[in-house]
Amino acid sequence: MAAVGQVLRSEWTKIRSVRSTVWTLGIAVVVTVGLGMLICALAANDFRTMPARDRLTFDATNVSFAGMGLGQLAMIVFGVLVVSNEYSTGMIRSSLAAVPQRGTFLFCKLAVATALVFLVGLATSFVAFFAGQAMLGDHRAYLGDPGVLRAVFGGGLYMTMIALFSMAVATMLRSPMLSLGILMPFFFLVSNILGNVSATRKIGRYLPDQAGQRVMQVIPRAADVPYGPWGGFGIMAAWTAAALVCGYVLLKRRDA
Amino acid sequence: MIELDGLTKHYGDKVAVDHLTFTVRPGLVTGFLGPNGAGKSTTMRMMLDLDNPTAGSVRIDGEHYRRLTDPLRSVGALLDAKAVHGGRSAYHHLLCLAQSNGLPRRRVGEVLDTVGLTPVARKRSKGFSLGMGQRLGIAAALLGDPRVLLFDEPVNGLDPEGIHWIRNLMKNLAAQGRTVFVSSHLMSEMALTADHLVVIGRGRLLADTSMAEFIRGNSRSYVRLRSPEAERLRDVLHAERIAATEAADGTLEVDGVPSERLGELAARHGLVLHELSPQQASLEEAFMQLTAESVEYHAHDGEPVGGGPAEPVPPGVAAGPGGWGGDWRKKGS
Repeated sequence: MAAVGQVLRSEWTKIRSVRSTVWTLGIAVVVTVGLGMLICALAANDFRTMPARDRLTFDATNVSFAGMGLGQLAMIVFGVLVVSNEYSTGMIRSSLAAVPQRGTFLFCKLAVATALVFLVGLATSFVAFFAGQAMLGDHRAYLGDPGVLRAVFGGGLYMTMIALFSMAVATMLRSPMLSLGILMPFFFLVSNILGNVSATRKIGRYLPDQAGQRVMQVIPRAADVPYGPWGGFGIMAAWTAAALVCGYVLLKRRDA
Repeated sequence: MIELDGLTKHYGDKVAVDHLTFTVRPGLVTGFLGPNGAGKSTTMRMMLDLDNPTAGSVRIDGEHYRRLTDPLRSVGALLDAKAVHGGRSAYHHLLCLAQSNGLPRRRVGEVLDTVGLTPVARKRSKGFSLGMGQRLGIAAALLGDPRVLLFDEPVNGLDPEGIHWIRNLMKNLAAQGRTVFVSSHLMSEMALTADHLVVIGRGRLLADTSMAEFIRGNSRSYVRLRSPEAERLRDVLHAERIAATEAADGTLEVDGVPSERLGELAARHGLVLHELSPQQASLEEAFMQLTAESVEYHAHDGEPVGGGPAEPVPPGVAAGPGGWGGDWRKKGS
C-alpha cells in the first residue's frame, strides 16, 4: 500500500508546479474582492434611494460577497483542471502506475486541492468582507454582529465546496472541456434562472450553489426558504458527496 | 519476473487480448512483437493494472501489481512518452512520482543525469522534442531502481543516436539481472536487442522462443547461382549430389553448401557464372509470414492487381542483404 503521507506530498508537488494553480486561484481572489468592493461602493451610494423594504432587509455582509458569483467560476476552473489535467495530458497513467490504489490516489489529490482552496477561499472571504465594509461606510456590518462571523466563514466554506464539487464532476467526466462546458453555464446561468423564475424556484433552491449560498447570508434573501444557513450548506455538501461517490466508483472501475 | 496467466481483454465484442500465457524471465531482454493493433499496449497496460483484464491475471515477482508496496521500486514503465503534464518541468514531474513512492529526492537528479536531461530539468516538458520526451519517460521508469522494466515502443521517433543509446541501456539493465520487456512492431529492431521473443497477433500468442532459435528456425541461408549454361550447371551440381532448386527467374538456389565450394566447383568444370551470391532470409520476412494471418489492417502495395512482371517471392526468402532485417546479421556473426 502506498503510504498516504507520501501521496499527499506528491500531490502537493503536482499542484504547486503548474501555472494554472496560481492563475485560477489568483483570478478567484481578485474578482471576488474587486467586484465585491465595487458593488459595495455602488450600494452605499444608492442606499438613500432604495425602497424602505429593501433598506430593512439590506444584508451588508452578503453584499460584500457579490463578487463571488463570478469569482466562483475561477474556483470551478481550478477544481476541474486539478483533476482533468491528469487525463488530458496522459499523466494519469504515470500517476496510477505509481499509486495503483485508486482510492488513495483520489483521496490525496482531492484532500490537497481542497485544503489549498479552503485557505485561499477563507482569506478571500475575510478580505472581501473587510474591503467591502470599508466601502459601505455608515451602512456597514461588524464581525461581532449576530450571524456575521458565520457568514464570512461560510463564504470560505462555500468557495471550497464549489471547487470540491467541480473536482468530483471532473473525476466523473475526465475531459476538461466537457466538465467546464457543463459546470460553467450551469452555475452562471441555469441555476440563477431556475432560482429566479417563480415556477421553478422551489426546485432551484435545492441546487448546490443556491442552497450553499444561504450560509453566507446574514438575512435570508427569501423569507420562505425551508432551510437555515447550515441546512443549506448541508444540501450543497450532500450534492458534493454524491458526486464524489460517483466519481470514485467510476475511477475504480474504469480503464485508465 | 512477469507471469501472465490466461490474460484476456475484451472491448465489447472485440477481443483485444486472447488468453495470453507466458513468462518474462529476469536477466534477458524479452522482445514483445506484433503488428499494429495486435494487443501489445493493452497487455502492457494490464501488467500495470491500468486496464482491468476481462479474465486471467498478471503477477510481477509473484504479486499482483495493486498489492506492491511502492510499485516504482519494483516495476518501471515507459508506456508512452506523453504520460506527462506538459506544463510541469522535468524535475517536478520526476519529483512528484518519487515522492509518491517515498523515494529520496536525490534519485531525481541521478536519473536526470542518466538520461542526459540535467541541462533542461527546470524547463517545462511541453517544449521537449520527441526524443527528449522519451528520455524523460525512461528517467521515470528508472526512478525506483526497479527489478522489472517495461518499455512500450521505446525507439519510436528517436534519431539513430538515441536508438543506439536505448539499445545499450536495455542490454545493460538485463545484464544486471533485471527483467526487461520491450514491445516493438519492428523485427529488425528486436533482432538487435532481444534475447527472447514473444510474438502475438490479434491478441493471441504466436511464438514464445529464444531469439537464436527463432533465427535458426526462420532464416534460411542459401547461395544463388546464375549461369548462361544453366543446364550444364544443374548436371554438375547433380553429379556432386548437391540439391538445387530453380527460382522463377532461372537462377538456381542451393541450400547448405558454402559459396566457396560452389565457386571452386564451377571453376573446375570451366562454367561461366554471372552470379554467385550467398543469401540470407530476413527475419522481418519470417515475422511477416508468422503474423500474416493476424494483421489487423492490410495495406495494398500499390501494384496492379493480378498483373505485371512482378517476381513471386518464395516463402521465407528475402530480397537480399540490403532488404529489411539485413542488419541483424551484424549481431549473429
